[in-house]
Amino acid sequence: MQILFIIISAITLVSAVLVVSVRNLFHAALYMMLSFLGVAALYALLESGFMAATQLLVYIGAISILVIFAIMMTRRLMQTTESPFNSQWGMSGFVSASLFVLIGAIVLQVYPLDPAVAGGAPPAEELVTNTVNQLGVAFTSADQLVLPFELASVLLLVALVGSIIIARPDVEAEVEDES
Amino acid sequence: MDLNTALRELRLLDYLRLLWGDAPWVEPVLDLISIITVSTFCLLIVIFLIWLERKVIARMQDRIGPNRVGGKFGLLQTVADVLKLLTKEAITPVGADWVAYNLAPFLIVMTALLMWAVMPFAPTWIGVDLNIAVFYVLSISSVSVVCLLLAGWGSNNKYALLGAFRAVAQLVSYEVPMVLSLIVPIILARSMSLIGISEAQVLPFALLVPVSAVIFYISALAETGRTPFDLLEAESEIVAGFHVEYGGMKFGMFFLAEFISTLFMSSLFATIYLGGYRFVLGELFNPNYTTGNLAGILIFFIKTFLVYFVFIWIRATFPRIRIDQMLNFNWKFLVPWTLVLVLVVALLDRLVADSGWTVRTLAHLSSNIVIALIALGFARRRAAREKLFEEEFGVAEEIARPMILGSDGHDDHEHDHETHGQPAPAHD
Repeated sequence: MQILFIIISAITLVSAVLVVSVRNLFHAALYMMLSFLGVAALYALLESGFMAATQLLVYIGAISILVIFAIMMTRRLMQTTESPFNSQWGMSGFVSASLFVLIGAIVLQVYPLDPAVAGGAPPAEELVTNTVNQLGVAFTSADQLVLPFELASVLLLVALVGSIIIARPDVEAEVEDES
Repeated sequence: MDLNTALRELRLLDYLRLLWGDAPWVEPVLDLISIITVSTFCLLIVIFLIWLERKVIARMQDRIGPNRVGGKFGLLQTVADVLKLLTKEAITPVGADWVAYNLAPFLIVMTALLMWAVMPFAPTWIGVDLNIAVFYVLSISSVSVVCLLLAGWGSNNKYALLGAFRAVAQLVSYEVPMVLSLIVPIILARSMSLIGISEAQVLPFALLVPVSAVIFYISALAETGRTPFDLLEAESEIVAGFHVEYGGMKFGMFFLAEFISTLFMSSLFATIYLGGYRFVLGELFNPNYTTGNLAGILIFFIKTFLVYFVFIWIRATFPRIRIDQMLNFNWKFLVPWTLVLVLVVALLDRLVADSGWTVRTLAHLSSNIVIALIALGFARRRAAREKLFEEEFGVAEEIARPMILGSDGHDDHEHDHETHGQPAPAHD
């Protein structure tokens, strides 16, 4: 289990680094998918099958496809020779490193490293077996997550309507066409 | 348990477990054996499926079909074809993206095989009984879209890339009604595990919610790219779509993946809507009847091949549809009506949750019939309007007024003039 975890994390991290360092944009997108796949495998390793499947469906099945479509619409993609680093790479590296430290500190504060837990006591059986049901109940019961869940759905609806308005052909031309 | 009962009840893995004890290496080895068995079975049955398809279509079109290689029925025809494909040179075109070009055929076969992990062939014949099996299948099949893009892009051929775009457009859009129609049996069974869904079917769900079954079947046709949705590789119009640059066994692997996923979709339909390995007739007459492994696997394959036969039947009889018809049919007809269906079924099932199976069945069946009639009524009116337009201007509305990318007002105007100027076709 430990070895599997180390291998998967190594693949995830290495491909994440390759995403930003590789020159061919299309290959970068492929490495991004590999990185997403590694995260999905980590979820599966943590006995959270639903999260793993969601990761596959949303990040690889939808977001990566969108990214690849965007890349393919880019002009003169195959001939890119310039370096992926520009003059600001030091600055952005510093920002991301400090962000990592910040998030790491917060996570450690909320879930402190407990040697007793880190020893590998598996979570209780009833916690692991029915994660989907628990998630569903949590999303629909008023005292838990119903408000953020519904807010997220409204946000998605707004995004859908907005994208339709942007993609819609000119209304004036349409009217002219009808007459 | 001795070898005899193990063979009779098809519980060889349990027998091996007894034989080998509980050493730490036993479970991984058994897993490996099952994985190799199922994958090899899926790969080999394709040879039979291709033969079956050619033979059945030939019979439907009043031909004989393959009849030379391998005796009377041409049984070895596909074996010969496979050998021919295997001996062909493996070519990578100049200028192709080597990694993407060669990765795509492997990945697409892998995704097609991975889906079988959750399929219950018989009560105890299942890879893993995931509690999110349906969701797992959908997420794996969404990964196969990536393979098409890899193939189209990696070939370094603009026609392959355009073909991949068409294919992705079709697969991504038909995923929506497929997911939505699968929600209906999940609501009815209160479970996403395929075993759970099979066990919940006192009556097959195809009798409870026929509309959901039909919508799933149509989107399965589109997801596997079969007639009438085979415009991805329309052999007689465009050459092959996204795999135009592939030859030999690399092409063969796309073919293989298509047949494996078609068989998988048939077995998924059989499991979710027809009760899978359960022998419904036996259960109706004898309440204590439980399906054993041998009967289960027989019933499972009979149902699967019945569904698969309909796939072939449709291929032999339906014409191919245009890309705009394909997209319109999905977004303007299937998706809205599936949403209506999901809402109605969810509300209704809440209302009749405590009643017996008869009330539940009748309620769902009648609501389904009402929805189907209303939807068909709308479709009929729309078709009549389109026919009027076509009779007046001699060209289909969708062709006359392209709403596809890049048509601004000016273009529309010019196009309109052209269609107006055209003489009306002679009606004779």
